Amino acid sequence: MKLAKSVPGAVTEAMVPEVVRVRQVIRETGDTITLNIAPPPRAGGFLFKPGQFNMLYAFGKGEVPISISGDPGHPSELLHTVRAVGLVTSELTKLQIGDRLGVRGPYGNGWPMERAKGNDLVIVAGGLGLAPLRPVIYHVLRQRGEFRRVALYYGARTPQDILFLHELEHWRGRLDLDLSVEVTVDRAGADWFGHVGVVTALLANAYLATDGTVAFVCGPEIMMRFAVRELERYGLARTQIWLSLERNMKCGVGLCGHCQYGPTFVCHDGPVYRLDSIGDLLSRREI
Amino acid sequence: MEVLEQLLANHPFLLGLKAKHLNLLAGCAARQEYGRGDFLFREGTEADQMFLLHSGRVTLEIHQPGIGEIQLESLLPGDVLGWSCLFPPYRWHVDARALEPAVVLILAGDCLRPKLDADPELGYAVTKRLLNKVHERLEHVRMQRLDLYNVRPGERIP
Repeated sequence: MKLAKSVPGAVTEAMVPEVVRVRQVIRETGDTITLNIAPPPRAGGFLFKPGQFNMLYAFGKGEVPISISGDPGHPSELLHTVRAVGLVTSELTKLQIGDRLGVRGPYGNGWPMERAKGNDLVIVAGGLGLAPLRPVIYHVLRQRGEFRRVALYYGARTPQDILFLHELEHWRGRLDLDLSVEVTVDRAGADWFGHVGVVTALLANAYLATDGTVAFVCGPEIMMRFAVRELERYGLARTQIWLSLERNMKCGVGLCGHCQYGPTFVCHDGPVYRLDSIGDLLSRREI
Repeated sequence: MEVLEQLLANHPFLLGLKAKHLNLLAGCAARQEYGRGDFLFREGTEADQMFLLHSGRVTLEIHQPGIGEIQLESLLPGDVLGWSCLFPPYRWHVDARALEPAVVLILAGDCLRPKLDADPELGYAVTKRLLNKVHERLEHVRMQRLDLYNVRPGERIP
C-alpha cells in the first residue's frame, strides 16, 4: 500500500481547505444540485482529470468527497453535483450564490483516458454515477477523433431523476458528435416514451467488440456488479473494465485509512480501479 | 413460409435452432406490424400468441386505479414476450403496447403448444431459451426492486 509522503508540513497543508465561493447553483433534480464554484486561484486554473474528486467542506458541518462533474478543459470552472442525502450534503445543497465553502483537492487517480484512446468506449452510469463520468464525455467530445465508437448507457430511478437531462438530449441529438446515448428508468408512467428497465438491459443491444473496447462503469455498487457481469458475458475481459468505487473517505490523501479497500486506499489508489486489479473484492461482503 | 422461416432463424431468441424445428415453428408463425400506441395484448384477455420482437420497442404496463398506467419494462428487438400463452389459464396479466412502430413475429399458441409437446427436442430447445429469458427478466426485476438509485441518509454516494 502506498501512502502519501509523511512530511508533517505537507500533510498539514493538504488538510487545510481553500475557501471559495459559490458562483451558480444549478437545480438538477428534486434533491440534487450542481454547484458552480469559483476555483481557488492557481496558475493555469483548477486542473483536474476526469474522475477525480474534491473534499468539500460545509463550514460547521463537515467534509465530504464529491466528484468533479465539470469539464476538465475549462479549468476556470469547478462543478460538483451533490445530492442531499446526509448532514453535510444537505448543507451543501442549501448553499446560495456567494456563499462560502472549503475545497481540498483534486484527489484520486481518475479515469484512464489514455487507455481508451483508439478504442471503442462504453460508459455505463447509474443514478448519481453519471456525475463523475460527465468529465469523461466532455473530454471525449473535445478529442473526439482519438476514440472510435462511444456509447453512454445511463439508468435513473424515474424520468424526474435523470441528471443533466438537457445535455443528454443535446448529445443524443447532435449527429456530428457520433455519441450514442441510451437512457433508461426503473419506473415510469404512460407519458414516458423512453426506455423502462435496468441499465444492464440496454447492453443487450450494444455493439461490444471484444477487443478494442474499454468500459467505464460508475453507480451504486450492486448496479456495477450486475453491469460488470453483463459486460463480461458479452466478451469483455476484466482488463477492459474500469469502475469508480466509493468508500468512506476522510483525509483524501491516503493517510487516515477510512477508505481502505482490500490492500488499497480508495482516495489515494482509486477511486477508479481496473476490474482485474481488485480481484473478487467487488463481491466480498467484508470489504 | 420460407421468408418466415428465415425471419425466425435470424431472431436472437431462436438462433441455433435446427432447420426442422424452424420449419415446424414457421407453420405457427405470422408477421405482424403495429403502429405507435397499438396494443399487442391487453390484461385479462386470452393469451393466445407469443411474440418475437423483430424491430421497434414495446412496453409492458399495468393499470393501477387512481394512478393510471405504470410502465414495467421496455422490450427491444430480439426480445420475446407472451409466454403466458404456454401456460393455463392462458390470460395476459399485463398490457403490451408499441412505443414506436414495431414488427413482430407471432407464434399462435394453439398451434405452438401441441408441437412443443409432440417433439420433446423442440420443446426443450424452446423451453431452455425461455428459461434463459425468464432468468434475465427476473434479474432485472430484482435490480428494479432494490431501488438502487434511491440513496438514503447514511448511504454513500458516488
